[in-house]
Amino acid sequence: MDGQPLTEAEMISRIVAGERELFHALIKSCERAVFLTAYSVLKSEADAEEVVQEAALKAYKALGSFRGEAKFSTWLVKITLNEARMRLRRSRSESEISLQEFTDDGDSDYTPAVLTDWREIPSEALDRKELREVLQRALDELPEMYREVLISRDVREMNIQETAHLLGISEGMVKTRLFRARLMMQKMLAPELRMQGWKGTKG
Amino acid sequence: MALDCKHVWREISNYIDGDLDPSVLASMEKHLAHCRHCAAILDSTRNIVYLIADERTFALPSGFSERLHARLESELENSGPDNGVYSSW
Repeated sequence: MDGQPLTEAEMISRIVAGERELFHALIKSCERAVFLTAYSVLKSEADAEEVVQEAALKAYKALGSFRGEAKFSTWLVKITLNEARMRLRRSRSESEISLQEFTDDGDSDYTPAVLTDWREIPSEALDRKELREVLQRALDELPEMYREVLISRDVREMNIQETAHLLGISEGMVKTRLFRARLMMQKMLAPELRMQGWKGTKG
Repeated sequence: MALDCKHVWREISNYIDGDLDPSVLASMEKHLAHCRHCAAILDSTRNIVYLIADERTFALPSGFSERLHARLESELENSGPDNGVYSSW
């Protein structure tokens, strides 16, 4: 050992060769990304956590087939997304699936909540659990296709191209869904947040 | 080009991302300077985007990492990676 940190490719080949404890380190850096991905589909922390565990085990099993064309985290996130979607499909009735699919991307208008002024809520206000819960509940209210895009873009802060690639949709579709998701969030949240007078105090 | 409020709403998301043609951007800024409704809608939307991007809003559940690594520890002991291809990739 020369003390240099291992590259991702080196780590993977050593894991495949039998150093399985290195897999923990490999997974560590993508935990939040995979959790948020599973949560974006399932909107249940417990279900998302189970899916992440299953996806991590599948990734480990299949590690010998990973060719390094994408980053490991991208690969694992994609596996997680597939697993989460499969779990969701299994838990839903057929009629619900078709309803969801028909609500996609029509030309209906998304109108925001109309306000005459806005007093900015500082990020310190996020120390308050009530504010975090209000934001999480609004996100849970979004239809799945909008929640997936909003979490990729605004929570995980992926760019348009990465989001399109992960979700298997066009870049134009990412922008359209993002515009609607953001306005839906504004419509749900702005009137509620405006009434509260959020300050940066803990609570 | 003059924009009406509805048109401005459609572009608010691209405006926040800095993803607008210069001519649309100029028209939008002109509209926003005079329309307090659209200015408040932009401010509130942008504020909400910042709040949900903050790591505190969507933190990992408590104990998530420990449980994940404990599960990996117990299952990895019994098996090694193989050359099976992940079927949905």
